[in-house]
Amino acid sequence: MTSPAKTELVTVNIDGKEIAVPKGTNVIEAARLVGVDVPHYCYHPKLSVVGNCRMCLVEMGMPAVDPATKAPVMDPATGRQKINWIPRPQIGCATNASPGLHIRTQTPQIRDCREGVMEFLLINHPLDCPICDQAGECKLQEQSTGYGRGYSRFVEQKNVKPKRTQLGPRVTLDDERCILCSRCIRFSKEIAKDDVLGFIDRGSYSTLTCYPGRKLENNYSLNTVDICPVGALTSTDFRFKMRVWFLKQTNSLDTESSVGANTVVWSREGVIYRITPRRNDEVNDTWMADSGRLLYKAVRAESRLTAKESLAALLARAETILRLSPGLAAVVGSGQSSVEEQFLTRQLARALHAPAYLVSRTAAGDGILVSADRNPNVRGALVTGLIDTLPQSYLDELGAAIDRGEVRTVVSVGEDLMAAGLSATQLAKVSIIHLGTQVCASSVAAAVVIPTLTVFEKAGTMVNQQFRLQRFAKAVAGPVGAFDDLEVLARLITAAGGSAETSDLAGVWGRLATEVPALRGVSYAAVPETGVVLDSSPWAALPFVEGESLHHRPARAVANV
Amino acid sequence: MAVIPVERKPLTLAERTYIPQIVHGLKTTFRHLVAPNVTLEYPEQRPEIPGGYRGVPTLVRDPNGREKCVSCQLCEFVCPPKAIRITPGEIASDSAQAHVERAPQAFDIDMLRCIYCGLCQEVCPEEAIWLQTQYSMTGYTREEMVNHKDRLYELGGTLPDAHLKWDKKKAAEDAAAHGGHH
Repeated sequence: MTSPAKTELVTVNIDGKEIAVPKGTNVIEAARLVGVDVPHYCYHPKLSVVGNCRMCLVEMGMPAVDPATKAPVMDPATGRQKINWIPRPQIGCATNASPGLHIRTQTPQIRDCREGVMEFLLINHPLDCPICDQAGECKLQEQSTGYGRGYSRFVEQKNVKPKRTQLGPRVTLDDERCILCSRCIRFSKEIAKDDVLGFIDRGSYSTLTCYPGRKLENNYSLNTVDICPVGALTSTDFRFKMRVWFLKQTNSLDTESSVGANTVVWSREGVIYRITPRRNDEVNDTWMADSGRLLYKAVRAESRLTAKESLAALLARAETILRLSPGLAAVVGSGQSSVEEQFLTRQLARALHAPAYLVSRTAAGDGILVSADRNPNVRGALVTGLIDTLPQSYLDELGAAIDRGEVRTVVSVGEDLMAAGLSATQLAKVSIIHLGTQVCASSVAAAVVIPTLTVFEKAGTMVNQQFRLQRFAKAVAGPVGAFDDLEVLARLITAAGGSAETSDLAGVWGRLATEVPALRGVSYAAVPETGVVLDSSPWAALPFVEGESLHHRPARAVANV
Repeated sequence: MAVIPVERKPLTLAERTYIPQIVHGLKTTFRHLVAPNVTLEYPEQRPEIPGGYRGVPTLVRDPNGREKCVSCQLCEFVCPPKAIRITPGEIASDSAQAHVERAPQAFDIDMLRCIYCGLCQEVCPEEAIWLQTQYSMTGYTREEMVNHKDRLYELGGTLPDAHLKWDKKKAAEDAAAHGGHH
């Protein structure tokens, strides 16, 4: 971990450019700040420094002082303080900024060093690029183009090592491609706390392998694939599916829990191929859970709901149902909807004079990036005023109201009412208007089913466990016969007799910024990629279920200290 | 604008008879009557294709019958009119070619889009795609003008391979399995 504890600034000189950096920042990070690229493989900003790839060699020097008097020694040629350059190169990753540190990265010596290191790394690296999934995002490829010598002097036979080893259910290892940087080993030990990987044997026999009898099967195993600088660790799911240079990257969020890990969705021509984490030092660093990477499968799932009718026809039927029993409706919102949808769900409940419910989903959190609250946006429902207390797992109150005959119509915005505790007999007593993406007991029992979009097919915001408002963007277009949630909700509000609502994101945000106290002054376009933390004091007393995780300490844990 | 009057010269007697012009024209006609043919009776006769000709792009096999394409998709990337479509796939682990790992599941070249530029052949790291001598592509429907994988191999046939790098790779793996070079 290289994040400096102190904020004391020191001035360093990199390739002639002066910059003030926090004391303890290493040379690679300091060089990044002045726009100088120091090539590296084993160094990772979120892992411990080992310095075993030797790629980040730089020349280092310190201002000269007289040993006896400690007076600065001036260089008469330049009129400045003389720099004592260390004759041999140093590794940048393990060199920390100190006052007056001078670094050179573009000298002939450093160029020779990089060529030499690249040549050694490539000695046993197979010429696999045409069949290697890493091609296009491979550090070895990029840096042999940038810093390599351009031709091979190697006439001997390359090493043969195991290819296609299944390290675990989701990770495939090609040992020949491994450059022994040990990032995956350090990640497993330091972040995933599941120390299963290691090197065996010595010299050119060194091989990455799992501990005997163990597998790389923790829920963070695919992060090793992300940080592998070469194509040694590959994702079994993404293997041979598509070349990365065809894929469009869209910023999104991991919706599996209230952590709200930042992600990138990789798609081509409307098909999503993979999800990887996006760096956000306040939320998920550079990691995400494996479980969140599979969520895109819902987009093209067999159980996906689509309508053969037009939206107007569906809404006409919904309106008939809403008019049948005025005042006897209930609205079930969802902690999986975006902030904007929850706001319109609240408006719908008001237009129907109906109570609004939310369903809670909880499971054990893992203390890293999957929290106990498996709804990504319960706090959004609190912020927008859809609910004012924490939701229950089961809709017992709604069930009792149905049994008493006080509710005849239920509008479910993306929730499976059967899974939320209503019985089949209770569902049979009411007319259900179901909005959702997947076939479920509730959609089967519903009088009107309005198919909507998954999180990958629309844009919006969510509020995570830190009360951080984060944006997600639309990666792919929705299928034919699925309709935008905001438009459906806005037109349902009109059908319910409410005032006409704007159904586009900008319009809804215009209202959110004025009508929701916590969002006052916030605009959708101005939300930074790292999110914006909202004032959580109105809900400080609520007993949120989340425990401690990577960058979150629940209020009660802080209070107990 | 200046107007320049041009004087029309009167025709001579020979010009007025047209005979010299007719004789001159017939001379050209008779010269070609006895000169050798420059045209071909296409399609019965076919022209000789010069070396380096860029015909219809095809996929080829190596002398051992292995399909050379590993579906790296570089040709799909480089293709200026986006005529190439590849669905990558994995070679079954029980196949004799399992060590190559990748092969195309589907490989389509839309000949209505192809501009015969030859960039696919130039970019191919496996020397698997070649613009050969086939130049005549016809069809009644758009679908007929899309060459699928089996048609591409049928058109391409076999090309000699000087490197056989995958065979060497397999030999090294086998040697290592029997205690050779690690």
